[in-house]
Amino acid sequence: MNATAIQPPLEMEGSYLDDGFSLRSWLLTTDHKRIAILYLASITTFFFIGGAAAALVRYNLIVPQGMIHSAETYNRLFTLHGVVMVWFFLVPAVPVTLGNFIVPLMLGARDLAFPKLNLFSWYLFMIGGIVVLYSLFTGGVDTGWTFYTPLTTTYAKGHVVATVVGIFIAGFSSIATGLNFIVTIHRLRAPGMTWFRMPVFLWSLYATSVILVLATPVLAMTLVLLGFERVFHIGVFDPALGGDPLLFQHLFWFYSHPAVYIMILPGFGIVSEIIPAFARKPLFGYSFVVWASIGIAVISFLVWGHHMFVAGTSLFSALVFSILSYMVAVPSAIKVFNWIGTMHKGFIRFDAPMLYALGFIGLFTMGGLTGLFVAALAADVHLTQTYFVVAHFHYVMVGGMVSAFFAGLHYWWPKITGRMYPEMWGRAGALIIFIGFHLTFFPQFVLGYLGMPRRYHAYPPEFQVLNVLSSAGATILAVGYLLPLAYLTWSLFRGERAPWNPWAATGLEWKTPSPPPTYNFAVTPAADAEPYAYSPPSRQAPV
Amino acid sequence: MKLWLTAATHTAAQVDHLIFALLLISCAVLVLVFGLLLLYMFKYRAGSDIDRGTLPKKTWRVEAAWTAVTLLAFFGLFIWGAGLYVQLFQSPRDALRIYVVGKQFMWKVEHDGGQREINAIHLPIDIDIQLVMTSEDVIHDFSVPAFRIKHDVLPGRYETLWFHVDKPGTYHLFCTQLCGVDHANMIGQIVAMPKTDYQQWLAQSETTQTLAAAGKTLFMRYGCSGCHGSSGAGGTQSQSTVRAPSLVGLYGSPVTLSDGSIVKADERYIRDCILTPARQRVASYLPVMPSFAGEISEEDLLKIIAYLKSLADGSRP
Amino acid sequence: MSATVLPRAFQYSSAQHQSQTAISGMWLFLASEMLFFGVLFLSWIFCRHWNPIGFDAGARQTALTLGTINSVLLLTSSVTYTAGTRCIEAGNVRGLTGWCLLTGLLGLAFLGVKFGLEWHDDFSKHLFPGSEFAIQGPTRAGAQLFFVFYFVATALHGLHMIVGIALLGWIIRRARRGAFSSEYSTPVAVVGLYWSFVDMVWVVLYPLIYLIGRNSI
Repeated sequence: MNATAIQPPLEMEGSYLDDGFSLRSWLLTTDHKRIAILYLASITTFFFIGGAAAALVRYNLIVPQGMIHSAETYNRLFTLHGVVMVWFFLVPAVPVTLGNFIVPLMLGARDLAFPKLNLFSWYLFMIGGIVVLYSLFTGGVDTGWTFYTPLTTTYAKGHVVATVVGIFIAGFSSIATGLNFIVTIHRLRAPGMTWFRMPVFLWSLYATSVILVLATPVLAMTLVLLGFERVFHIGVFDPALGGDPLLFQHLFWFYSHPAVYIMILPGFGIVSEIIPAFARKPLFGYSFVVWASIGIAVISFLVWGHHMFVAGTSLFSALVFSILSYMVAVPSAIKVFNWIGTMHKGFIRFDAPMLYALGFIGLFTMGGLTGLFVAALAADVHLTQTYFVVAHFHYVMVGGMVSAFFAGLHYWWPKITGRMYPEMWGRAGALIIFIGFHLTFFPQFVLGYLGMPRRYHAYPPEFQVLNVLSSAGATILAVGYLLPLAYLTWSLFRGERAPWNPWAATGLEWKTPSPPPTYNFAVTPAADAEPYAYSPPSRQAPV
Repeated sequence: MKLWLTAATHTAAQVDHLIFALLLISCAVLVLVFGLLLLYMFKYRAGSDIDRGTLPKKTWRVEAAWTAVTLLAFFGLFIWGAGLYVQLFQSPRDALRIYVVGKQFMWKVEHDGGQREINAIHLPIDIDIQLVMTSEDVIHDFSVPAFRIKHDVLPGRYETLWFHVDKPGTYHLFCTQLCGVDHANMIGQIVAMPKTDYQQWLAQSETTQTLAAAGKTLFMRYGCSGCHGSSGAGGTQSQSTVRAPSLVGLYGSPVTLSDGSIVKADERYIRDCILTPARQRVASYLPVMPSFAGEISEEDLLKIIAYLKSLADGSRP
Repeated sequence: MSATVLPRAFQYSSAQHQSQTAISGMWLFLASEMLFFGVLFLSWIFCRHWNPIGFDAGARQTALTLGTINSVLLLTSSVTYTAGTRCIEAGNVRGLTGWCLLTGLLGLAFLGVKFGLEWHDDFSKHLFPGSEFAIQGPTRAGAQLFFVFYFVATALHGLHMIVGIALLGWIIRRARRGAFSSEYSTPVAVVGLYWSFVDMVWVVLYPLIYLIGRNSI
């Protein structure tokens, strides 16, 4: 197992930010912290590109005939939004930024297991991203991010192959990151840190990484077959030639469903760190939360067919996937109850990370509950392919995951940058996002029940009022997202200098300066404390 | 602002009950979650002095309890949703059939009597109706929110939907699977009317011949009669040297394949025989039937099938 | 003398720690590769189930002799590489480079047979799916599908072989520069795992391409 810590203490001066100022020192770094910053810049860019597309989509839907008169442009916009947000924001975001930065620190390690692989994965991500952006902006693709065949293989115009190649490349970036985390967590834990002393953030990233490594290759092969069919006009998904369009759907969703758990599991991990820290109480039911994470990762591979209840699959398949989909919701529910249990009899503070985390619990619970609607077979028949589903997944992905990401970003911002963000603006941002989000997406549940289909650039007039409400909410949400961009950037130059442990939180990442030196720890810290060893405030001395 | 959707069929109303129950459960859970969150945010805020007492030591009882309750509730919801879905899945035997062919970007509809419509279906209330649907190009989805039903319409195969309308009226028909540029324009209307009005509408619609009569003409034109006989009665009756099975009474009957399995000769089976005969070899016949893939359009296929159906039940085409 | 050997990277506590970690990393990578090829095989089997006659018609056109020669070449190359690994574990650097060279040559021979001879044959017999596909009639669709899988699978396998041969070249280069000894030969083991995996993929491909359906009526 782990060898004893016999590394000599390292000479450390200044932080990782002071360790070289040239472009080369950043672009050829193998320091996990610098790579995390590179990734942060990338995914922020992708987030705002995808967000701009969303803004245009909502703008179009203000009038029934569509403000953007070209249906083709509209279809390309929502495709761009989906492709960029799914593969270049939601899937990578937490693992490559907060994960890359915090995982070694939290483990008491000096870097990941394979630092050069880490840098390589950033380059793969960027190459994939540039290929995708190039194809989406020069003519684009209008098939939706789901690329259903035979529309995509035979009928669609546009740069399908280029887009798919870009996603394929970025997929290997995901696999590399996941591989790095799994090996690091197995092999580089500080002495004394047994598996069940690891903070839940690490467990969540471990579960996420398992899915990354096992599910992404399936997508890769599916895209290879898709590309082949499109280029050579012969293939396995074309019914006219003995192929099966449903085969594509099975393969696609076999990856894409676990993918949504790649997106949300790290969010669960972040919230599991923040709630104990700001309630000053150990996490309620630690081992249950851990096993719930593992359970979610396993069952997530078994529910892909719930995207196909009206696709032409068998009755038996529908029944099996419906019951399994209910099963996968149980561990998530357990986590929500445990977080609330953590707050019970705590000493709750309302700093920005906590507000974002509380927002997450509210928004994710709503999203998760609406998942129960679509898991119910007969209800899904009515609700699928409508705005109900759109609202459902935005509640969990955006309301949930993005809130959790912001929560983590604010929580670890002092550690990463050595600066405090302005607290008042932080709280304002959390509140604006929470309110703007509901205004944007709640009307869409109603729209979906009433029958408004998704991916429509124009719609019957009776749906207009709800659409206008949703678009109005989107402007508030946009403000909510731009605000952190502004004040976090400001804080880099003018923010108060942060101490080692501004939150008096437990965890090894707080036992090193803010920002940390390149080698993280002078001497590997002892890690045999129980996680979340919080005690009521009067007895705790702040670091 | 529209906040209510008519439930035009009995099953639609049942689906609404399920959705409403889900809504109630969700509200209850949300009240619990938000309620506790707000309560704790106030009661246990850092500045408050109330006595927190000691923390519970053994938490697994609580964990087991809320896990069990959750599992039970979910299982109940599964059963409810599944039960309704099973009903939706299994079309009744004697339903009135209407044929739908989806293509970019319209719905082509044909009634048995040869009446044709585009982007609309006139149909009678108070009777079971089954739609037999296929696509000429990409995957579409036939959706009628007022009936709470939808189903993907695939190229290369037949999918079915059934319903029994209670309330006459005009209802939205949407395509709900992204099918290309004009996906949002692939919409239409379902016009449900009393039976007498429907008969009137049928009589008034322009029609040249019934589907089955048209199918008989095609049966000759495509050369099917060359092997299967001029009235479909089989190869031994015709002048050809090919021994081809008789098609009289085929529709709806069980067929034994060369690998020993038995399938029912429904629309899907007949269509597969015509387009991909190599895939299912009928027992005791050599696999010499040529494939007509790419030669017969979806609409013509439906006409030929209607003709073969007329051979089954002895009705005149 | 029992001091633990220092690792080459600062986050590890000993050389052994680092070396074992590198090997676990390669195993995990191979797990992901198994899923990558696994999807291909699954789709292959699925399509075969729906087009058995057509697939058989296609399978009869494959070059059994060439495929078998390739199997022998590839399996032998695994043996030669293992011999090389044994050499370096005993400190014999020249043995390592010699066996690696042989392995690389066997790999190149495989590629030559596969792409130079077999694919060349396939193309001249019009077996590449397209409008001029050789097999006509009712089995055309299934046979074309079979060849879709054939070409995709052999192309991907070939790509992996090329990467493998490049890795062998890298091992030889590092060995010549004295990087390896009886104490340190982790990269040799890691590349060996990869090479064995590429071999295993071929072991599954061989029956799928050359054996199944060949002798059916």
